Amino acid sequence: MEAVSNKVYHDTVVIRLIQFSVIWALLAMLGGVWLAAELIWPGLDFGQYWLSFGRLRPLHTNGVIFGFGVSALMATAFYSVQRTSHVPLFLPRLAWFCCYAWQLVVLLGGLSLLAGYNTSKEYAELEWPFDIAIAIVWVCFGVVFFGTIAMRRIRPIYISNWFYGALIIVIAMLHIVNSLALPVSPTQSYSLFAGAQDAIVQWWYGHNAVGFLLTGGFLGMLYYFLPKHAGRPIWSYRLSVLAFWAFVYSYIWAGPHHLHYNSVPEWVQSLGMVMSVVLLAPSWATMVNGIMTVSTAWEKLRTDPALKFIVLSLAFYGLATFEGPMMSIRSVNVVSHFTDWTIGHVHSGALGWNAMITYGTFYFMAPRLVGGELYSSRLANLHFWLALAGTMLYIVAMWAAGVSQGLLWLSVDDIGELSFDFKDIMASMVPYYLLRLVAGLIFLAGTFLMAYNLYMTVRGRPARRAVPPAVAPAFGVSR
Amino acid sequence: MNGMWLHRKIEENTGLLIFGILFVSAIGGLVQLLPILEQDSLETAAGNTRPYSAIELTGRDIYIREGCSVCHSQQIRPLIAEVERYGPYSRAGEFVYDRPFLWGSKRTGPDLHRIGGKYTDDWHRIHLLDPRAVVPGSIMPAYPWLARREASAAGDITAKMRGLRRLGHPYTDAEIAGAEAELEDLLEIDALIAYLQMLGTGLGGEDGQ
Repeated sequence: MEAVSNKVYHDTVVIRLIQFSVIWALLAMLGGVWLAAELIWPGLDFGQYWLSFGRLRPLHTNGVIFGFGVSALMATAFYSVQRTSHVPLFLPRLAWFCCYAWQLVVLLGGLSLLAGYNTSKEYAELEWPFDIAIAIVWVCFGVVFFGTIAMRRIRPIYISNWFYGALIIVIAMLHIVNSLALPVSPTQSYSLFAGAQDAIVQWWYGHNAVGFLLTGGFLGMLYYFLPKHAGRPIWSYRLSVLAFWAFVYSYIWAGPHHLHYNSVPEWVQSLGMVMSVVLLAPSWATMVNGIMTVSTAWEKLRTDPALKFIVLSLAFYGLATFEGPMMSIRSVNVVSHFTDWTIGHVHSGALGWNAMITYGTFYFMAPRLVGGELYSSRLANLHFWLALAGTMLYIVAMWAAGVSQGLLWLSVDDIGELSFDFKDIMASMVPYYLLRLVAGLIFLAGTFLMAYNLYMTVRGRPARRAVPPAVAPAFGVSR
Repeated sequence: MNGMWLHRKIEENTGLLIFGILFVSAIGGLVQLLPILEQDSLETAAGNTRPYSAIELTGRDIYIREGCSVCHSQQIRPLIAEVERYGPYSRAGEFVYDRPFLWGSKRTGPDLHRIGGKYTDDWHRIHLLDPRAVVPGSIMPAYPWLARREASAAGDITAKMRGLRRLGHPYTDAEIAGAEAELEDLLEIDALIAYLQMLGTGLGGEDGQ
């Protein structure tokens, strides 16, 4: 055991990734607020092509998912894989390469989107040179992660690592297949698939980018940080095993629910729908497991803003994973498809689940990484209420907008004539869009508070030298 | 429990875990994607659907560049209200030359699949440069730069058409050789309008417009 304690966890790279993640959160959410304003005042692009809605919108989604989200996932994966394997990172220099190379890809990729280099495939908008760069960094991420696990000093691989592992493997598979394209210039390529086939491939990717990145990856975060924070072991290990494999198996089928009533064969729509409903089971199994884990530690919620964020994120996770299967039922989807309801659903996941669990985790990690206290618990508490208010307001505004759009578009009178003009329905959205703008501003203000709070917490402090604790001989691996 | 014993094996072996995840996650995709990619009817052009001309292709790439598909779908569902509002519902065979597909996922603005021929070129020109001049209350952005840039500057049209031919689009040598000449003296806005005007006109036959 002596040899182990000489080694120190590589935590500086974790701190750097958190810093990048927060910067992306601010930039990408600011972009989102700007977009929300453009939908009310279209002149806000000032005639500048790079501020135009169609170019700024992919920057917003890519910035949130790949800038904020993936940086946070890399940070937490590197943090937790060391602590659950009781060894420092495998190839720490490669970890640093992942950290900076990823930021460069997101930065240059974001600029390329503003320049109009865009494949138009949702969440895969970046053109082929970036696709190749992403694949390279992703493989390096996998080498560091699985290398660390392979070097571990403890026999079982802890469950959070299965989820991070699924994130790395499945996203690699999806990314490579969906990005298959023939380059015709350094900035443009044509998809190898066409029309209906391209649509099926894209939503197999698109839905599972949500599934394995925004759900699976962040469940890895949940399975490590929730028990750690609550000071309780996971409530049911068996349930987590079951939920994991059910999740990995069933999520991948759900993509075609994005194509209900579209020009694709009906069997694939029905299959996508059924499997989306099935998906409710593993999703809620995980939620129940999480809730039961904190159920004996409720008193911590009163004093600990970080845990509050994580528990609330679990509630939004439950909401979004219930709403998703409902929206994938054809008769519901006929109303919700193409409307702002989809936007609301995405944000109940992205704000309520992804952002909140990340915020909670950052509040938890930052003081521990530098061996100090959080700069201000009061600010973190204020942030909690801003985040909750912003998310709720956002979802409610988009529900109202989306359901009205869906119903009004489909409405026909007694003799089968359309009841409403598209223009009039669109014009009636202004109040909802205003509400959404306010909601976004509130959420963004909270994020700014966190950025300041975290900055003051880690400012001028190096990473604390953390060493792996001894492993109980019953679970140890002799290497 | 037997299953848990098996799982103990998996969770103590990095290789098994990686293989397990890859295997289990691949099943659904294989079952759905392989039959779809093998289904010939999804690759058979409907009616008089044809590959985009040099000008239309340039317009389509501008449509993609400006992110039009972020707010406009190109997919009319087989529902009474949609068919009444937009025209005949979309068929898979109309999209066989669409790389990538542009069905979209959001209708902030109306669907555009059957926009071709509904308005005049002049209407589109005014609308793209100042949407609120023709549609009061519209929240569509204006695209003034489209009227300033040459269509030929929006990428190498010869390379694009050659690339698409390699992917199976039946362009003739003459079409490819004459592509650059076709774009001469055109602005980006002209190419975009040419694309919009041919959208959804490929159905032909009794279902056509």
